[in-house]
Amino acid sequence: MSIRQQSRRGFIRQSGLTGIALTIGAYFPVLGKGTVEIIHTATADSLGINLLAWISIDQSGKVTILNHRSEMGQGSYQVVPQMIAEELEVNLDQVNIQFAPGDQKKYGSQITGGSSTVRGSYKHLLRIGATAREMLIGAAIQQWNVPREECYAENGQVIHRPSGKKLSYGDLVQEAAKATPPKDIPLKARKDYKLVGKSLQRQDTPLKTNGTAIFGLDKKLPGMLYAVVERNPRFIGKVKSFDDAATKAVPGVRQVFKIQRAVFANLQEGVAVVADSLWAALQGRKVLKVEWDDEGFEHLDTDQLFARMREDLNKPGLSDRTAGNFEGAFQTADKKVEAVYELPYESHASMEPLNCIAHVRDNSIEIWGPIQGPDWIQADLSERMGVPMENVSVNMTFLGGGFGRKAFTDYPHEAALISKQIKAPVQVVWTREDDTTQGPFRPGAVYGCKGGLGKNGNIVAFQTRTATQNMNHQSAGVNHNSYNADTLDGLLKPYFESIPNYSFADIPTVSPIPVMWWRSVYASTNGFAYESFMDELAHAAGKDPLDFRRAHLGEDRYQALIDRLEAISGWKSRSKNEGWGVAITECFNSLVGEIVKVSHKPDGKIKIDKVIALMDCGWYVNPDIIRAQVEGSIVMALGAAIKHETHFKDGKAVEKNFDTYNMPRINDIPEIEVHIMDNDEKAGGVGEPGLPPLSPALCNAIFDLTGKRIRKLPFNLDEV
Amino acid sequence: MPMPTYKLLINGKTYPVEADPKMPLLWAIRELAGLTGTKYGCGIAQCGACTVHLNGNPIRSCSIPASAVAGQPITTIEGISPDNSHPVQKAWIAEQVPQCGYCQSGQIMSAVALLKRNPHPTDKDIDLAMQGNVCRCGTYLRIRKAIKSAAQQTTNTLSTIH
Repeated sequence: MSIRQQSRRGFIRQSGLTGIALTIGAYFPVLGKGTVEIIHTATADSLGINLLAWISIDQSGKVTILNHRSEMGQGSYQVVPQMIAEELEVNLDQVNIQFAPGDQKKYGSQITGGSSTVRGSYKHLLRIGATAREMLIGAAIQQWNVPREECYAENGQVIHRPSGKKLSYGDLVQEAAKATPPKDIPLKARKDYKLVGKSLQRQDTPLKTNGTAIFGLDKKLPGMLYAVVERNPRFIGKVKSFDDAATKAVPGVRQVFKIQRAVFANLQEGVAVVADSLWAALQGRKVLKVEWDDEGFEHLDTDQLFARMREDLNKPGLSDRTAGNFEGAFQTADKKVEAVYELPYESHASMEPLNCIAHVRDNSIEIWGPIQGPDWIQADLSERMGVPMENVSVNMTFLGGGFGRKAFTDYPHEAALISKQIKAPVQVVWTREDDTTQGPFRPGAVYGCKGGLGKNGNIVAFQTRTATQNMNHQSAGVNHNSYNADTLDGLLKPYFESIPNYSFADIPTVSPIPVMWWRSVYASTNGFAYESFMDELAHAAGKDPLDFRRAHLGEDRYQALIDRLEAISGWKSRSKNEGWGVAITECFNSLVGEIVKVSHKPDGKIKIDKVIALMDCGWYVNPDIIRAQVEGSIVMALGAAIKHETHFKDGKAVEKNFDTYNMPRINDIPEIEVHIMDNDEKAGGVGEPGLPPLSPALCNAIFDLTGKRIRKLPFNLDEV
Repeated sequence: MPMPTYKLLINGKTYPVEADPKMPLLWAIRELAGLTGTKYGCGIAQCGACTVHLNGNPIRSCSIPASAVAGQPITTIEGISPDNSHPVQKAWIAEQVPQCGYCQSGQIMSAVALLKRNPHPTDKDIDLAMQGNVCRCGTYLRIRKAIKSAAQQTTNTLSTIH
C-alpha cells in the first residue's frame, strides 16, 4: 500500500477516474436508516447523492481508497483500507490510500471525533468492498460462462475453482464497471477474515520515521505568505487600538491589520502580522503593541471559578434523569456517603500547534491543514464567507495530534479572513504559547455525589450534581435550560437499572472561557467522579471493589468484563504491600476497565507500578492499534491526573508553554498492559474510551495503599 | 539592510542561507533549507521536537541561532537514512512506535545519539536521554522498547561482523 497526500484534482487524475475504472461508493438511501446502498460514483454525481466513502479499481488492478477520516495518530489510515481490502479480497500492497478533501455533499460526515472512524462506518466500508468484489466476479463468470458457485476471489484475482482459470481485477474492471452494483451482498463471517482482526503494521509509519510525512506546518503553496496573530488573552475582549510602527520596520513584514475568528457565537479579535517569512512575522509580532478593550465581562481567577462551581452544587440544577425518590431513599439509607470531586481546565497541547493555510480567491476558498472535521469547516466557511459549498475545498494533511481541538472551525476561519484581506495564499501559524493559552479548553468540573447503601450493602440512592460549562451553550440560539445529558458519559449503563432511586443534574457554569471537546470529552472528567465515588461506596459497604461493581452491573457484557479483569490482573492474589485500584467506564459504545497498582518507594513516596487495561470495543480491526490507543489514552490521563492543568488569573490562561504546562514524560510512565475482549458486540470507539478510567483507578489504588482519598486533580504524587 | 549570509552544513550538504543572525537553527533548517522533518513544538527547548545533531550531539535547534553553528556539521532526521534503514528507524517501525508522528523525528534523533554514546542503555539511561522529548500521543513505552531492540540489533550486527 502506498500513501499519498494531495489535492482533489490530483486525486481525480491519479485515481483513474478519467480512464476506465470500477468506481463505486456507499450512501444511505433513507436518512437515518442503518443500511447503505452501493452505486457508481458517476450515478451518485448525476443524482446529487452524498457518498459516505468510495473506492476505485483501475485497469492495472490498483485499488484506490479515499480515506474520508483524518489521520491524527489514531490509525484511520490503516484501518479503513484494512476493512475494505478484507471484503474486496486484495492485499494491502495493492491499495493506495488518499485523504479525501472536505466535501459534505460527497462524503457525509467526516468529523473525526467521538472515536467514530470505525464504529460509525465499518459496515458500509465492508459493504463497498464486498460489492466491488461481487461485480468483478460477475464480470468473470460472464466471460467464462460458468456458475457463480464455481468462482472465488483472492489476491486481486477471480479464480475458477474447477479449471484453475484466473483473471485479474484489472482485466475485469471494464466489464464490471458496466454492471449495476448488486444489492444485499452478505458480509464475511468473522472466522473467515484474513486482514481484519490482525495487527498489520501501519502504512503511515515509514513516513513518520524518516521525516517525510507532511503535517500542516510542512505544507507550502506557491506564493504563500505567513501570518501570526496577537490574540486577546482574555478571549472575548476587543481591539481598542494598536501601534504597528516597529512591526512594519521589521524586514519582510508586509501588512498588519485587525482580524477576527468565530469561536462559537463570539467573534474573537486579534491583530495579524503578515510577512514574507514566518521568522519575519514572528519578529514583527514581538514589537507590536495592542491595547485591548476588556470592559463588560468578568476577568476570572481559577479560585473564583471553582468557588462558583462548588457554590452551584447547592442549586437543584437542570435534570431529566431521575428514578424513584432519591431524597426519601437517601434519608432512610443504612449508610450515607457524600463526596465532592474537582477537575481542572486543560489545554489540548497537541505536539503540532494549530496552523492553517488558506487561499481565498473571488468566489472560492482553498484550505490546507491539520484538520479533524473537513466537512464541518467546508460548511462553516461557506456560510461565514458567502462562498458556495462546492467552491470551498478543505484538504487534510497529517495531523500532529488533535484530541478534539482540531475539529474546531476557528483557525481556518481566521486564515481565510487573512487570505481574503491580503489577496494571497497564507499560512497562519500559532506559536506554542498561542496554542496553550487560547483554548478552547477542556472545561473544569466539580461534582457533588451522594450515595445511600441498603442493609445488603447495595446502592439504594445515588445523586450527582455536576457543575461545569456546557459546551453547547457557547453557540447562538441554544436553550440554556435543558439538561446536559453528556454529564452522564462514562457512567456504566446498568447502574440505571440496579439503582432504584437516583437523580442526576447539571448546573451550567457561566464564564467567558471558551471550552471544547478534549479526548473522551465529558467522560474525561465524569469518569473520575463516578468511579471514585463507586469505590467510596464499596468501601463504606465493606465490599471488595470488583465484587461491589459485579453486584450492580447485571448485564452479561459487564459481568464478562469484570471476570476477565479479575483474571488477567490476579486481583484475588494481590500482595499486602501494594495498593490496587479499579475503575470501569463506558464511552462511545466501548467499555474499558483499568487496574492500577501502586506501592511505596524506599523513601516513602508513592510510585505507580503498573496499569492493566481491558478494552471491550466489540468488533475490531487492528489489535495493535487498539493497544497503542489505550496506552496513549492512559498516558494522557496520567498527565491530567498528576502533571498539568490550566489556571486562569485576571481572565487569562496562566500556563503558556511546556515549562509550566508539565507534560508527562518517559520517566513518568509505568508499565502498561492492554487486553482486548473478543465478543460479538458492535464496533465501539477506540481512540478515547481508554482515558476516563485511569485517574479514578489510580486514586482508588492510592486509597487502598494509604487510606487517603484524593478527590481533586491534578495532585502531586510525591506529596500524597 | 542586507541580511548576512551563512553556510549551513546539513546532512553533508552545504546550504548558503541569508538570515537574521538571531534566527534559530530550527527555522533555518525548515524554512530556508526546506528540510521539514525537523519540527517546531515549543520554541523554548522543552519538548525536543526540533532535536538535531550538531557534531553528533543532540541539540534543540529552536534555541540556538543558525549563525552560531555555521559551517559545523548538522544532521537532521533526513540525514539518518531516507530509506528507513538505520537500526533505530527499523526498530521504530517494528515496534510500531508512531501515532500522530509529529514528535518522532526528535525522538529518533535523541535515540540515535543515545545509542551512539551508549550502545547498551539501561532504563535509567533511557529515561535521562529521552525525558527531554515530549510525546502527547503517549508512545513512551514503545519508544523504550524500540531503543532496547535497536541496541540488541546493533549488538547482533557487530557480533556477526566480528
